[in-house]
Amino acid sequence: MTPSDFDRRGEFAAGAFTILPLLVAVVPFGLLLGTLAAQKGLSPLEVAFMGATVFAGASQFVAVEIWTAPPAVALLTATALMVNLRHVLMGAAQAPHMRGWSRGTAYGCLFFMADEIWAFALRRGAERPLTPAYYLGLSLPLYLGWVATTTLGTIFGGVLQDPARYGLDFAFTAVFLTLLVSLWKGRRTFYPWAAAALAAVAAHELLPGVWYIALGGLAGTLVGAWQGPAVLREATDAA
Amino acid sequence: MQLDPLVFAAIAGMAVATYFTRFIGYWLVRHRTVSGRLAGALEAVPGAVLTSIIAPMALATGPAETAAAALTVLLALRLPLIVAVAGGCLAVVALRALIG
Repeated sequence: MTPSDFDRRGEFAAGAFTILPLLVAVVPFGLLLGTLAAQKGLSPLEVAFMGATVFAGASQFVAVEIWTAPPAVALLTATALMVNLRHVLMGAAQAPHMRGWSRGTAYGCLFFMADEIWAFALRRGAERPLTPAYYLGLSLPLYLGWVATTTLGTIFGGVLQDPARYGLDFAFTAVFLTLLVSLWKGRRTFYPWAAAALAAVAAHELLPGVWYIALGGLAGTLVGAWQGPAVLREATDAA
Repeated sequence: MQLDPLVFAAIAGMAVATYFTRFIGYWLVRHRTVSGRLAGALEAVPGAVLTSIIAPMALATGPAETAAAALTVLLALRLPLIVAVAGGCLAVVALRALIG
């Protein structure tokens, strides 16, 4: 084993260890999605195929919600595109941490860019260089867990009827709140986040579906653009 | 176990659309130097997206969810992530039973 193999294993293990608590939170949602899909007449093979190729929880829940027999191919494709528009911003934000990755590695790893993986990857990138091995350590356990639990949920439909009873519908909110605490940088972060929260709540009240995520993200990003970058501001203040 | 052709087409469409959203942001900024307003915008993205995902649940669902969200933040300031998450979930169950 060469030193670089050793580093890679260590990085992969560090990523996998980081994602494990979240894997526990994903299990009930995977089972629930599988259960709902079974009620819409999807077979375990179809659900496994969807989990393995789409791997985006929010858009899969929406797809199952609007699923018909036979399926409306164009509507489902367009809906997946809209629900996942936030990924465009996320990929742009993750790009600076992927400098030095080969093209194949970068485009391969981007397939796994789910909200949780992206958030942990950026937190890692803020502390030390983000490696592909760490990124895959985050990704593969969550990916395999997602495909397995959604498929199992379809096979044993009805196992999990009501995750809210155990507060599990709050688990993702709680996870993201703790990530926000680690991203907090005082007033600089307050204005974009306040704009995002206001726009998201308003859009959630007024618009159907998950437009609130894209619109809230856009509002916060625009405020960030208006503020300008941190370094530039310090330089301007000094001058 | 069956895989209907139209179901296959629908899932393949979703998969292509989703992967497109995942690589296009990276592709757009790949070869250019990011500075000025664009840098400020990208810096704001993570917090803005995370805030947007949770804001309706944390702020506009009910007093139990808002109180549990506040408690989760307080716990996260001092304790490991998983403890804060578990505390938030337990709190939301208890608070929903108490104050709805």
